[in-house]
Amino acid sequence: MSALWMRQIGAVMRLELKRTAFSKRGWWIYCLAAAPVLISLMHWLMARRLSRNHTVGEDSVVFAAMFVWFFMRGSLFFGTMGLFSNLFRGEMLEKTLHYYFLTPIRRELLVAGKYAAGLAVSLALFIPSVALSFLLLGRHFGPAWTDYLTHGPGLSQLGSYVLVTTLACVGYGAVFLVCGQLTRNPMIAAAVVWVWEGLNPFLPSLLKKVSVVFYLRSLCPVEVPVPPPFSILAVETDPSPFWVAVPGLLTVALILLIYAAVSARQGEISYGE
Amino acid sequence: MSNVITFENVSRFYGEVLGVNRVSLTIPPGVTSLVGPNGSGKTTLMNLMSGLLRPTDGKIEVLGISPGNPERLCKILGYCAQFDAFPKGLTGYRFLYSYLRVHGMSDAECDARTRAALELTGLTGAADRHVAAYSKGMRQRVKLAQAIAHDPQVVVLDEPLNGLDPMARAEAIALFKQWGEQGRYVIVSSHILHEVDRISDQVILLSQGYVVAEGKIQGVRSEVRDQPMQILVRCDRPSVLAARLFQDDHIVEAMIRGDGKNLLLRTKDADSFYLLLNRVILESGLVVESVAPADDDVNSVYQYLIGGEGGTA
Repeated sequence: MSALWMRQIGAVMRLELKRTAFSKRGWWIYCLAAAPVLISLMHWLMARRLSRNHTVGEDSVVFAAMFVWFFMRGSLFFGTMGLFSNLFRGEMLEKTLHYYFLTPIRRELLVAGKYAAGLAVSLALFIPSVALSFLLLGRHFGPAWTDYLTHGPGLSQLGSYVLVTTLACVGYGAVFLVCGQLTRNPMIAAAVVWVWEGLNPFLPSLLKKVSVVFYLRSLCPVEVPVPPPFSILAVETDPSPFWVAVPGLLTVALILLIYAAVSARQGEISYGE
Repeated sequence: MSNVITFENVSRFYGEVLGVNRVSLTIPPGVTSLVGPNGSGKTTLMNLMSGLLRPTDGKIEVLGISPGNPERLCKILGYCAQFDAFPKGLTGYRFLYSYLRVHGMSDAECDARTRAALELTGLTGAADRHVAAYSKGMRQRVKLAQAIAHDPQVVVLDEPLNGLDPMARAEAIALFKQWGEQGRYVIVSSHILHEVDRISDQVILLSQGYVVAEGKIQGVRSEVRDQPMQILVRCDRPSVLAARLFQDDHIVEAMIRGDGKNLLLRTKDADSFYLLLNRVILESGLVVESVAPADDDVNSVYQYLIGGEGGTA
């Protein structure tokens, strides 16, 4: 990649970071990232006061459930939606996209710069959120928790959660970038994706694989069963192996980004006037 | 590289709504004004030229470059669009600097060009203020600065005089004229016809998506044959001149105006009138102070071809 391209991507990233990372309109995304940390903090504080009647292992399952049902279905999903769908759609609404389109940057690089900025912000928000939530949740166990982290499976689990978070940002980021670029109202597209991802446990094996959440759940270190009464409807499928899940997700994200780049190349500026 | 901007049979439709239709144009260096009522296709034409829109049909080339190639086009073209919107949280300086960085320029070059553009548009003192806090006139000027900061050969300006106070407007007009004289391609759209008149080397008149006329304004006026030309003659005995002129068929109307020495006349054949005037001067010893066309300005041509009054300041 030429030095010019790097400079141009860097310039786009700087502008986007200023726009997305430090905007007042993004307050709800910061709340989404902070909420699990607060939940873990409350759990720690309450567990310190109340009698301890559960084990470290049980807390790791609690965290796994929180990760699957709150992080993946809530924080990460809606957080990445807010960040990435606004990269193009936000500029269309604010009528500022034409400033980029009037610079001699390859539109593919514009997509790359915007995506990289969105990814940087989402990783900066959600990886610390996941790590802090995990570390705080079992803090009330004291030395037993430290031992779980250093000598037990704790750090490896944390590593897996960080990997899943990263891949979720990569995957959902690409999905929502395309949604924001191609649809006038990305919320509708996001709702469709959300319902589809939510139905994933109940879908036949083949359809399960046409989603992001299936691969992410395959990479989670602790399995979370579907709670009753929905468990009756759940379809059991073997999780996707690591060597399929990771390259698969990255490939899907890459395909979506290529599509976004082609769309940007053919794009026009029409602010709906 | 070609040295003109060309439109070959260009059409653009928004769904079933016509933007411009079968436009064929050649725009040489200098100041070219796009004139027409709202919805006539001025902005569409500018957006097509700058690659923000794609033609439904036809071919456009800007100095030999297709607008479908933004990597090359945007190096030589600057566009001051009509949208009064700016990325949030940026100062005037940071706004110009940031988009120059997207051009791929070095930090030092961006800084120098930003400062030069701010100075040219009189915004040096407000460089560190947020654009959101600028007045409408300042926002218009910072858009102008952004359009010219990379020193483009082609400058496209959509209603650039909007919101400017008379002083800033005069400065902007002087700047456009200067760029035109430097051999740049300055394409301006404006409703303020008497100001367009002052700066234009040529005009393009648009109505309902069609090019009604193009070229030097005098040339365009002479092509409007169904409207008699108005000529103002200042002489010592206008009544004698009027009486003599009415003996010829092509004189439609003659009025003595002002201090009694001005004769405003309308003729269907300007060339014949000038020959006749020469004869009258020789025959009657008329003392003529001045002879000037009275309706070869943009406003008159606009009225004749499109109808209605053009805008004023």
